[in-house]
Amino acid sequence: MAERPILFAGARVIDPVSGRDEFTDVLVAGETIEAVGAGVAAEGAESIDATGLILAPGLVDLHTHLREPGFEHKETIESGTRAAAAGGFTAVASMANTHPATDHAGVVAEIRDKAAAAGLCDVLPVGAITKGLAGESIAELGEMVEAGVRVFSDDGHCVPSARVLRNALIYAKAFGGEVVIADHCEDPSLVEGGQMHEGANSYTLGLAGRPAEAEELVVARDLALARATGGRLHICHVTSARAVELIRRAKAEGIRVTAEVTPHHLVFTDDDLVTYDTNLKVNPPIRTSEDRDALREGVADGTIDAIATDHAPHAVEEKEAEFDRSPPGTIGLETALAAVLTHLVRPGTVSLGRALEAMTVAPARILGASGHGGPIEAGAPANLVVFHPEEGWVVEAPFVSKARNSAFLGRELAGRVRHTMLRGTFTVADGKAAR
Amino acid sequence: MRRALTRIAHEIIERDKGATDVVLVGIANRGDHLARRLATEIQRIEGTEIRVGVLDITFYRDDIGLKAEAPEVHETRIPFDISGTTVVLVDDVLFTGRTIRAAMDALMDLGRPRRIQLAVLVDRGHRELPIRADFVGKNVPTRRADDVRVLVTELDGDDAVVVEEAP
Amino acid sequence: MNKHLLSMHDVSADDVVRILDTAESFREVGTRVIKKVPALRGRTVVNFFLENSTRTRISFELAAKRLSADVINFSASGTSVAKGESLKDSALTLQAMGADAIVIRHSSSGSPLQLTRWVQGHVLNAGDGTHEHPTQALLDLYTMREKLGRLEGLRVAIVGDVLHSRVARSLSFGLVKMGAEVTLIGPPTLIPPDAPQWGVNVSYDIDSVVPKLDVCYMLRVQKERQRLEFFPSVREYNRIFGLTSARAAMLPEEALIMHPGPMNRGVEIDSDVADLPQAVIEEQVTNGIAVRMSLLYLLLGGGGAGALDG
Repeated sequence: MAERPILFAGARVIDPVSGRDEFTDVLVAGETIEAVGAGVAAEGAESIDATGLILAPGLVDLHTHLREPGFEHKETIESGTRAAAAGGFTAVASMANTHPATDHAGVVAEIRDKAAAAGLCDVLPVGAITKGLAGESIAELGEMVEAGVRVFSDDGHCVPSARVLRNALIYAKAFGGEVVIADHCEDPSLVEGGQMHEGANSYTLGLAGRPAEAEELVVARDLALARATGGRLHICHVTSARAVELIRRAKAEGIRVTAEVTPHHLVFTDDDLVTYDTNLKVNPPIRTSEDRDALREGVADGTIDAIATDHAPHAVEEKEAEFDRSPPGTIGLETALAAVLTHLVRPGTVSLGRALEAMTVAPARILGASGHGGPIEAGAPANLVVFHPEEGWVVEAPFVSKARNSAFLGRELAGRVRHTMLRGTFTVADGKAAR
Repeated sequence: MRRALTRIAHEIIERDKGATDVVLVGIANRGDHLARRLATEIQRIEGTEIRVGVLDITFYRDDIGLKAEAPEVHETRIPFDISGTTVVLVDDVLFTGRTIRAAMDALMDLGRPRRIQLAVLVDRGHRELPIRADFVGKNVPTRRADDVRVLVTELDGDDAVVVEEAP
Repeated sequence: MNKHLLSMHDVSADDVVRILDTAESFREVGTRVIKKVPALRGRTVVNFFLENSTRTRISFELAAKRLSADVINFSASGTSVAKGESLKDSALTLQAMGADAIVIRHSSSGSPLQLTRWVQGHVLNAGDGTHEHPTQALLDLYTMREKLGRLEGLRVAIVGDVLHSRVARSLSFGLVKMGAEVTLIGPPTLIPPDAPQWGVNVSYDIDSVVPKLDVCYMLRVQKERQRLEFFPSVREYNRIFGLTSARAAMLPEEALIMHPGPMNRGVEIDSDVADLPQAVIEEQVTNGIAVRMSLLYLLLGGGGAGALDG
């Protein structure tokens, strides 16, 4: 929290909650937004010239791997939230495949406390659906809900048993309509040993494939279970056109399902893997251009609610190994906004308003992250991002994250975060870390 | 060219006392054709049939790895034992002497000749190694940067010696 | 020619002709008493074999030695790699040793390409995972051209586990490049559905194809693959797709029977068939040395900036 009020002057303020999109001023005092309006009175305030910049709610990531506890050589809560702030995020959901797994309240509290101590970005831990992520028996969801968890996922693993997922969907209803069961949809028996999307490229490159039907099957299964149980389902990182279509029809039917997609799945295709670049090795895999186009359309028409990074850091030496020995995953917190601006908004595939919605209020709602994602109005918590929509930069190491495995390494993106503000305090100021 | 080859043929016969243990080895590419013509001449003059082989010296060159592309390889075919024979190497142009050095090393790997002699159609000077020809068709003084080529009917449709002076 | 030979896509049709023609001369060197030429004297060739293969390694070793190069053998077991040294660190070590060429065989597809990012020498792919095995394809093309006088228009069948075969990929790409007609034959579970994009035909009926072949190329069927159940049993495989004596008898008289080795006698190829005069499997091995000499010569024999004329 700054000592003096802060006035952001002359920005284009975009607030997906209220639909506001206008050039105006925003005054922040203490932890909240004091006023929004042109020429708002601001005695004693530090004025920041925001002409040419866009001011939006701080970004919210539904899907991040902070790796702590257990894998601190890849990333820590501190380095991960610092990377999040650098990318314009004020809240992230940390996935449960830590070690020990985030499958009971103790670990949830530990993560929360560490994040609060670092004070760089709010962390809302995601709880495991099953004990130890083993897929066999449900974890103590109730205890974790009491500790503040709203989303449960075994991400990293698909819940292999329909019986277990069904039970989770039904049991979660005990805790109000807010609790979400999120699944990583890939049938294990079809993707065993698979390294990339199964298709013409995988055959030519000599890499075992993970076929699109592995995702389609599980999405269909999970939707049927959601329909039958009335539970709330979320589909993590959708990658195939077929899955998008299934989700579209399910929503039309009234099934309570939400979905997310990553920036790298929105940008790349399996053609890009001819160089055996391990930074493009992700699960579920990057698929064909037809799939990518369907994903983009899904974001544009709202079938896919949110864009989530699936930030998956790994140590340098882990990613510099042979393709089939390299763990899957790419970091994404620092490049998400720019990637979406460059490859979706600029070409006109998705409007700026919709893109920001998908990265702020939509994920905030699914996560139950109150105070994040807007609205930008007097009295609301000052969780904001201010960015230049066109400033070009080349993605290269070192990153703010501990890791360097970025799918966008070496590429040029347009869009640069200037300020990130968490409850009135700058976590990033003038493009540099402020804490 | 015909007269030069005839004269060389006579010289070989005279030097090597009837050319009884002489074998001709042409250095690929053009030396091959010249060697065969020489063999025909010697046979016409003396009646002796001279064995002829072709030697590709590419693998013995001293400049492998120095040019952009690996030097092109031709055939080596010497279907007889050269040990104990007088090998007359035949080439079109004698210049720096490096080709002949390579040819001698190649011959040594193929056997142990009693002696090696050298016949060339054109000696253009500018030796970089202590090599000399035993039989020379014609001495043609040149500048280092000039280009000298021998054309033979079998490959080029005509017999000629072409000298292109450097600017 | 390219700096590296990682895949059959690295060579043009003209390059292939050049490689095969040059291999002829190296074959001749193999008939001399002194089977050695000084062409690559002073160069260092490293055999970086992280996947076991005695035959291929010896073939490359002989090829390099006959070119008078110095050879270092770096294999998987008992070295730092077994102790967990990364591919990158091993590469940097080889680089520090001054390797002019690294011949790499690895069980991971794409590792030769990755290697080129860390070393300055020439990289030759001696087989990477299920991706490619270009030197095998080239020696097979050499054998076919030598026995049948041409490559263009040849009717070649490649039979077996194409899905997991780096030889099948390289050979298909190479044959199509040289204008041959290729048919892939095997159980549908072992033929990539997108294979026709490679310019080849696909058939599941070996008996209809065999009478019209110039070359019948049998791939090794690995019994280890059985775990994933691509076909129900070895017995059924042999009956439906194997080159049995009866099937071999249906081949045209001049047709060649080929196999990259090592053979599973009784599985993909019956024992008597492997010993027929049409089977040129041993010649493939002999030609391998000449073709590998040709490749080493063509790759390392160029790349310099200057030019000398003698």
